[in-house]
Amino acid sequence: MALNSNIPDGPIQQRWDKHRAELKLVNPANKRKYSVIVVGTGLAGASAAATMAELGYNVSAFTYHDSARRAHSIAAQGGINAAKNYQNDGDSVWRLFYDTVKGGDFRARESNVYRLAQVSTSIIDQCVAQGVPFAREYGGYLSNRSFGGAQVSRTFYARGQTGQQLLIGAYQALQRQVGLGKVKLHNKQEMMDLIVVDGRARGIVTRDMVTGKVQSHMADAVVLATGGYGNVFYLSTNAMACNVTATYRAHKRGAFFANPCYTQIHPTCIPQSGDYQSKLTLMSESLRNDGRIWVPKQKGDTRSPDQIPEAERDYYLERKYPSFGNLSPRDIASRAAKEVCDEGRGVGPGGLGVYLDFSDAIRRLGEKTIADRYGNLFEMYERITGENPYKVPMRIYPAVHYTMGGLWVDYNLMSNVPGLFVLGEANFSDHGANRLGASALMQGLADGYFVIPYTIGGYFANGGLQAVGNDSQEARTAVQEAEQKIAALLALNGKRSPTSFHRELGKIMWDKCGMARNEQGLKEALTRIPELREEFWQNVKIPGSGAELNQSLELGLRVADFLEFAELMCYDALQRNESCGGHFREEYQTEDGEAQRNDDDYCYAAAWEYNGVGATPTLHKEELSFENVKLATRSYK
Amino acid sequence: MNLRLHIWRQSGPDAQGMLKTYDVQNVSEHMSFLEMLDVLNEDLLTKGEVPVAFDHDCREGICGTCGMVINGRPHGPLTRTTACQLHMRTFKDGDEIYIEPWRARAFPVMRDLIVDRGSFDRIIQKGGFVSVNTGNAQDGNAIPISKKDADRAMDAAACIGCGACVAACPNSSAMLFTSAKIGHLGSLPQGQTERSTRAMNMVLQMDAEGFGACTNHYECEAACPKGISAEFIAQMNKDFVASAFGGRD
Repeated sequence: MALNSNIPDGPIQQRWDKHRAELKLVNPANKRKYSVIVVGTGLAGASAAATMAELGYNVSAFTYHDSARRAHSIAAQGGINAAKNYQNDGDSVWRLFYDTVKGGDFRARESNVYRLAQVSTSIIDQCVAQGVPFAREYGGYLSNRSFGGAQVSRTFYARGQTGQQLLIGAYQALQRQVGLGKVKLHNKQEMMDLIVVDGRARGIVTRDMVTGKVQSHMADAVVLATGGYGNVFYLSTNAMACNVTATYRAHKRGAFFANPCYTQIHPTCIPQSGDYQSKLTLMSESLRNDGRIWVPKQKGDTRSPDQIPEAERDYYLERKYPSFGNLSPRDIASRAAKEVCDEGRGVGPGGLGVYLDFSDAIRRLGEKTIADRYGNLFEMYERITGENPYKVPMRIYPAVHYTMGGLWVDYNLMSNVPGLFVLGEANFSDHGANRLGASALMQGLADGYFVIPYTIGGYFANGGLQAVGNDSQEARTAVQEAEQKIAALLALNGKRSPTSFHRELGKIMWDKCGMARNEQGLKEALTRIPELREEFWQNVKIPGSGAELNQSLELGLRVADFLEFAELMCYDALQRNESCGGHFREEYQTEDGEAQRNDDDYCYAAAWEYNGVGATPTLHKEELSFENVKLATRSYK
Repeated sequence: MNLRLHIWRQSGPDAQGMLKTYDVQNVSEHMSFLEMLDVLNEDLLTKGEVPVAFDHDCREGICGTCGMVINGRPHGPLTRTTACQLHMRTFKDGDEIYIEPWRARAFPVMRDLIVDRGSFDRIIQKGGFVSVNTGNAQDGNAIPISKKDADRAMDAAACIGCGACVAACPNSSAMLFTSAKIGHLGSLPQGQTERSTRAMNMVLQMDAEGFGACTNHYECEAACPKGISAEFIAQMNKDFVASAFGGRD
């Protein structure tokens, strides 16, 4: 099957305008005749549901949380990028586009990235109008700061809670539509399956997490905004409930999964403290504006940090990447941390940590200024570690944070299954092999506020949709299959908890498909994952019944999908015989240990087609062309 | 350390609940409170018992999902700290810990420590927003907003919607939550157009949900993990009175 990305032709600057002009419209009176299901109420889902309801579509939104305000977008701390050039420092749509393509190590689709940079400015305007309390200067104008991979200040922020404030903005817009009766919001509903009728996405199956009822919901289109799959690693900075189920079940119904091996390891997280650890906590990248990262020059130096003189410290990012220094992109900063720890120069228990030191900045700016900028982050660090970062340098270590891969979508954000749209972290399109800081919030809101409201109209206007109800064969079969899967899981009554399987899978993935991968390790993982999956389906224990609030069952169902999805990630990492962005294959590196891309053979997005549990998936390639940003070796030196 | 836990167990919304006692051993001081409960739950599950249901998600103190009353205090003994950010170094060997759900008529218990906070969403639906459709916005810098106003708006907007204020209040009042939203939007120029109807409609919904009135105990402010000031309640009352006398739009 040939993948058609439906990229408009013409100069890149005009493609989105041209496309919008050419998209067919649905007349305002007819919009209410079309129904849309939106799954997920994070930045992408909430903004999409609210905006489509404003336009007049009948929207049903679903979340597994008890409220639409809880999605994990809320945890983003540092900020959101936009090419406003308010700082007059040379920023532009072109520069944001360029930085994002380069930051993604030339594995993103140029046209999508350009559109993202274009609409970024409208996002800020929209959010301000909603009452998002962005940080302001004394003159009353919006304040900016810098993030990794950029040499301009284009990041807007609301203290250390930017994601929260943007999500609350989108949540309020959504609740307004709920109050007006334009959105039907379903809390505590987990998507169990996608319903495809006559080749088109026409509905979903959900499980009510309070009563256990499994049922179908039908519509004219389905929008998935269900986030990323970082929790396949068990330990990540994702929230506990983040999972791959919605996108993976859609994959099993025919949607191609693109670039699953592209995972982002964030360089500044609080190191793990014990086996009981349930998740890892991120410390915002914005800290790297003022914090300096270092380790002792000597191996196994156990002196306390204040006893190590300046001359015996290695500020390795400043040394290796003088022009970007501590603000080098995430993949590079993470790998550099791993490297110094592998050399035995890591600090803290187990040697898995590096210092993030604010003493210079405190001397230069005073404790008060630092507290104004990062106070809540410092508090959070102290709460978790019991150490005061104003006095002692923070200890940080990389952790899984974001997944660039996701369901394959075309320029309209539609997957290869007609009528199935995918937004935000759940799709693959904008960040290539590495996402720059403060760009996830930008993409989620761009997709939801400014892309899907146009492109979904184009889909409806092309017609061909027949009425399909909950009594259709496809809907009934999908409900039945979901019920059977739940019953099968509950009937096992084995000896091990879902968490123990999840933790074991996470360890395999971190060791073999984590910050660095190699052929041998990936092949081992491809042997061990099916074994673990088999054991899961014989020996997992889930108490209680399906007809009640049952958190063990929720977890069990998610882990079951991770156990299949993990294999897909390894297949993808194995076929990509190059290093790029977050995908670092040890066999492919330059003499000084930098990622070595292979543009001749791998300048494509890998879109995988499902062939059955345990069966090798089929690879489809979308060739990527770089007409505007010349393919070059990424250098931050 | 070894601890004795007394945890509220209730199998469903209409079931009779009771405190049950559990002993947990070898708890590390570096664990978070919820990780300590994870360990208990793993133990219960392998013994064939039903684990304790509790709400939680981000475990970074920002999503507002977790919430439980720990030794009589919502989110536990540390000020400005959610249950997920509470660490076991706050406790000592041999402690007995009582763990209960939020108690309020407007927050019915769903199971064990999980309550239904849908009432908060319904309050927001009545006016906790600026009515601006996507695409209407002018340039973000078109209206300068003083740093003081922006900071005040942010102080109120920091609310995570966890419900600790309600759980702490002897009247189960939701005034801190409701006033935080009214204070956030009312501090900004964008929120002025609907300021009066917002206060009226949100307060009426708050009452309709069965939340109590405020009698100035300030327990809400003390329990709030984000340190939201009860001053916003005064602003809400002012807006409400202005709306009542000015007539609703």
